[in-house]
Amino acid sequence: MSPAGGRGAVPRPAGAAHMRLVAEELAVERGGRLLFSGLSFSVAAGEALALRGPNGAGKTTLLRVLGGLAQPLTGRMRLEGAVGAPGAACHLLAVENAMKPALTVEENLRFWRRFLLPAETGGGEDLMPRAALEAVGLAALAGLPFGVLSTGQKRRVGLARLLLRHRPVWLLDEPASGLDAASEAMLGRLVEAHLAGGGLVVAALHGRPSAAFGQEFRIEEPA
Amino acid sequence: MTATLFLRDVRLAFRAGGALTPLLFFLAVIATAPFAIGPDLALLARIGPALLWTAALLSALLGLDRLFQADREDGSLDMLVAGQDAPSLALLVLAKCLAHWVTGLLPLALAAPFLGLLLNVEWTGGLAVALTLLAGTPGLSFAGAVGAAVAVSLPRGGLLVSVLALPLSVPVVIFGVSAARAALADPDPFLPPFLLLCASTLFLAVVGPLGAALALKGGE
Repeated sequence: MSPAGGRGAVPRPAGAAHMRLVAEELAVERGGRLLFSGLSFSVAAGEALALRGPNGAGKTTLLRVLGGLAQPLTGRMRLEGAVGAPGAACHLLAVENAMKPALTVEENLRFWRRFLLPAETGGGEDLMPRAALEAVGLAALAGLPFGVLSTGQKRRVGLARLLLRHRPVWLLDEPASGLDAASEAMLGRLVEAHLAGGGLVVAALHGRPSAAFGQEFRIEEPA
Repeated sequence: MTATLFLRDVRLAFRAGGALTPLLFFLAVIATAPFAIGPDLALLARIGPALLWTAALLSALLGLDRLFQADREDGSLDMLVAGQDAPSLALLVLAKCLAHWVTGLLPLALAAPFLGLLLNVEWTGGLAVALTLLAGTPGLSFAGAVGAAVAVSLPRGGLLVSVLALPLSVPVVIFGVSAARAALADPDPFLPPFLLLCASTLFLAVVGPLGAALALKGGE
């Protein structure tokens, strides 16, 4: 990469290939308790960062801050090379899967596909609900109410939501919770495909490090 | 986006059976009131519109604490709020309020003339109550959204919803009942209180969703 990369103005199909998520000196509190302070890191497009740390260290809260859902006490986080609000460029997969138990799997996904608008940054592909379900291996369950699925199947539907609309930044909170070995491998492939498409991933992980995650970042508990 | 959310909430209300709860509650209150008040037909006819309105208000409050709570519990509230500025979030709240009104309160307005018969409220009076409920109950949804949005960020905020929403609902109830009563007692004019009722609803349609949006943003 030459420093004068902008001069040639080569059109980038991925659009977000020069994107970079930067956190500077973040201090975050939850419930009046300081979780961590002076936290800095950066993740470039095509990279995946695994957040590690003991329970209660603030991994979930950090993901919410990165997704624009919570404000840091001090410090700031920015998304270089993105258009619009940082929250609009992110997919956050929280511990809950954001699905309605009373609606069928496909109805849930159809809702999110209609509700989430195509990314302003462009690039990436948006899958139809059926295709997204096929990608997580659940096409056969499309007509079932979400509430009757098993924990791991629910998680896979939650992952399918990320594929409906392209967002360059994936923020995943314990994405592998409840997944069996085959589904974990599937998650690794999804993450790799996302990275290959110029996306970036920050995930709070507990289990074995997946091959897709090149970087690790530990949040230590404050003394 | 707004229409999508509206359709999802309407579908959810019918799918989960929640749409019937306010109507059954309304029916129960109106059906038991004559037993409590006694067989004085003139009295029942006089207080009938006020009873119908009070019952509608209580039915409206019944499901309001679930307006955002259900979305919070399954994690979709965060996804709805993420990346939205206050005006577009207010539109989303408006969609949720309208869905709440269509599935929960519109049936009450339609049932009011028939339930009015149980209170010796004649057809003209019953239709007047239905008309005022049609114009006024959206205001109850909008006012309730503020309470529901404040309460959703607090643990066990369910009780707060009623406390926060009731003061905002008072103008709607006052003008609604006085318009309905004016239709029964001839010398009183119907139009001025009815127009004030419409004005209250329109006012709450702006203030309610905006206040709820700010509460949801602030609750992060």
